[in-house]
Amino acid sequence: MTDISQTPSNMGGAAEQSKSGSLLTQNARTRKRNAAEMRFRGYGIAAIVVGLIMLVVLVTTIVGRGTGAFQQTFVTLEVELLESKLDKKGNRDLEDIKKVTTFGYAPIIKAAVQSKIEGLGIETSLKPKDMAGLLSKDAAAQLRAYVLENPDQIGQTVEFRFLAQSRVDGYLKGRVSRESIENDKNISGAQLDLVDALVAAGVVEKTFNIDFIIGADASDQRPEAAGIGVSMMGSLFMMLVVLALALPIGVAASIYLEEFAPKNWLTDIIEVNISNLAAVPSIVFGILGLAVFINYMHLPMSAPLVGGLVLTLMTLPTIIISTRAALKAVPPSIRDAALGVGASKMQAVFHHVLPLAAPGILTGTIIGLAQALGETAPLLLIGMVGFIASNAPETIADGLLAPNSAMPAQIYEWAKRADPAFYERAWGGIIILLVFLVTMNTVAVILRRRFERRW
Amino acid sequence: MNDMSTLDKTVTNTTKISAKNVNVYYGESHAIKDVNVEIEDKTVTAFIGPSGCGKSTFLRCLNRMNDTIDVCRVSGEILLDGEDIYDKRVDPVQLRAKVGMVFQKPNPFPKSIYDNVAYGPRIHGLARNKAELDEIVEKSLRRGAIWDEVKDRLHAPGTGLSGGQQQRLCIARAVATEPEVLLMDEPCSALDPIATAQVEELIDELRASYSVVIVTHSMQQAARVSQKTAFFHLGNLVEFGNTGQIFTNPEDPRTESYITGRIG
Repeated sequence: MTDISQTPSNMGGAAEQSKSGSLLTQNARTRKRNAAEMRFRGYGIAAIVVGLIMLVVLVTTIVGRGTGAFQQTFVTLEVELLESKLDKKGNRDLEDIKKVTTFGYAPIIKAAVQSKIEGLGIETSLKPKDMAGLLSKDAAAQLRAYVLENPDQIGQTVEFRFLAQSRVDGYLKGRVSRESIENDKNISGAQLDLVDALVAAGVVEKTFNIDFIIGADASDQRPEAAGIGVSMMGSLFMMLVVLALALPIGVAASIYLEEFAPKNWLTDIIEVNISNLAAVPSIVFGILGLAVFINYMHLPMSAPLVGGLVLTLMTLPTIIISTRAALKAVPPSIRDAALGVGASKMQAVFHHVLPLAAPGILTGTIIGLAQALGETAPLLLIGMVGFIASNAPETIADGLLAPNSAMPAQIYEWAKRADPAFYERAWGGIIILLVFLVTMNTVAVILRRRFERRW
Repeated sequence: MNDMSTLDKTVTNTTKISAKNVNVYYGESHAIKDVNVEIEDKTVTAFIGPSGCGKSTFLRCLNRMNDTIDVCRVSGEILLDGEDIYDKRVDPVQLRAKVGMVFQKPNPFPKSIYDNVAYGPRIHGLARNKAELDEIVEKSLRRGAIWDEVKDRLHAPGTGLSGGQQQRLCIARAVATEPEVLLMDEPCSALDPIATAQVEELIDELRASYSVVIVTHSMQQAARVSQKTAFFHLGNLVEFGNTGQIFTNPEDPRTESYITGRIG
């Protein structure tokens, strides 16, 4: 071992003396191994870069296409609520006022638009009907709802912010141009000229639209009025059902299997089946839900309760698997310690093992819930797609039993509709869904970090 | 306690545990073969022998910790104060309150020092109120020879103590349930020599109140702390007798080979 003390100058001599060669030069074998390692690192970095690029493309696409949905074009108008049209008898009886349909409100709006344009001194060749065509078909309904709520305002002039129709909104967002509307019956070049003038006058403007987040879906004719809020409630009620069923059932099953059940062929079969269940395509659970919960048990169609039951079936394996992993991770010495001082098996589990496994269980549950929240396929089969709930459920029973949709189903519904304005809302809905999923997963990660390994 | 003193250790106590024709099987393998042994009260009994000889297995039979292993089967009779602990009517939970256990690796609960010791008395209902529980905790920690070190931080986590302190905490936890027998499975194997000395000293003190059974790999330790020694080899109880005699004048050639380092 003299070559350690050798100086580099007489290294050659040292290499001859020592059988294995000098440490200061790499031999061929080492060079080959190092090259292989460098290559592998290169592949790894390349894989990560590809992954990151895809993520960036995904996020920029979603954000780029979806943020438009959070803004909407509004038209501000002063509307004179004519008594002669809305309350012909003049007695402010709500029943009588209700008899006036939205058609009865259309002339009032027409008059309001016309007077606004004339008041601003904008010259246009359009007929009053086409001027009012800039507004959403929702405008009359909005006005009627206001009058029914405030009958005492009849006869006054009130300022309103009406939604502009989707082509006007598209024009302000750059989705609609003068070339693209050549064959469009919904809007004309003259109307766009009017829009330009109204924008300049500050009557038409694009602002943040809270109704997209809290509102209900709207019919094919009124994409500008559609919101994701009600289907969000549908998702919320489904998640409550999933949490209330899957967590206790899943945890109880895992504790029994992990801590109490004898290890024999029967428990082996159960174990294998639980793992298999986690890999079953979700549409299978959907058709099972359709057959069992709706056709056999006659639970209401499209109800979040049924959706929740189906998603519970889907989430159970995830929760059971993660709970069992969390229980397994608790060192056996803790169980020994508890049994050693005379605790019963159940006391050992509930006093010592379960508290230590709780963060793992919670993490698994949250991830299971996040999975269920984004699940669409089973909802297709139990009718939670394509239903338009007009308002948010008022009671908990309503929330569970009244027909509703869910966020991913709502997104699917929007994406398949013809009007490009709905397409934009589908992307906006995806942003909201992703915000929920990322939040839930972040909470799961934080919980895991905070409570990890306390022994 | 020096090695020489073991020569004149003689024991004249009553029998606490008596094992008759005990056989233990792990599935197909026969781990303990026909063991007969009498463990006396107020005595430290050491089980020695090479790894895998069945001494820990036999120890775990004495408080039925082997029940938690599905494939483990025990036959024969183990009498505690004349009662068969493998009788169908015996609840292992009650048995374990009477026969406490300290494990190889210190395993305090990830809770406060106080809660570690108070856990046993709590689940067995030994204290009627907080004051009594406080008293039990203090008494147990004093018996565990750790009171002075932890009295100012009873609510600090038990896992924050050093290895030796943790093991003494585990001993305190075991004595808190007022057991009659204390089983120790290599209690010092994870400890440094200083901590080992402290625990050994503690074991000698515990002898005054309990019957102590200790499994150890260290023959010096067996010689230092025990009055009776049992030598196990390949599942057989080769020799059982007074510690002094086993270490100075063993009857069986296998015992002699092990003690002198030729097998094991």
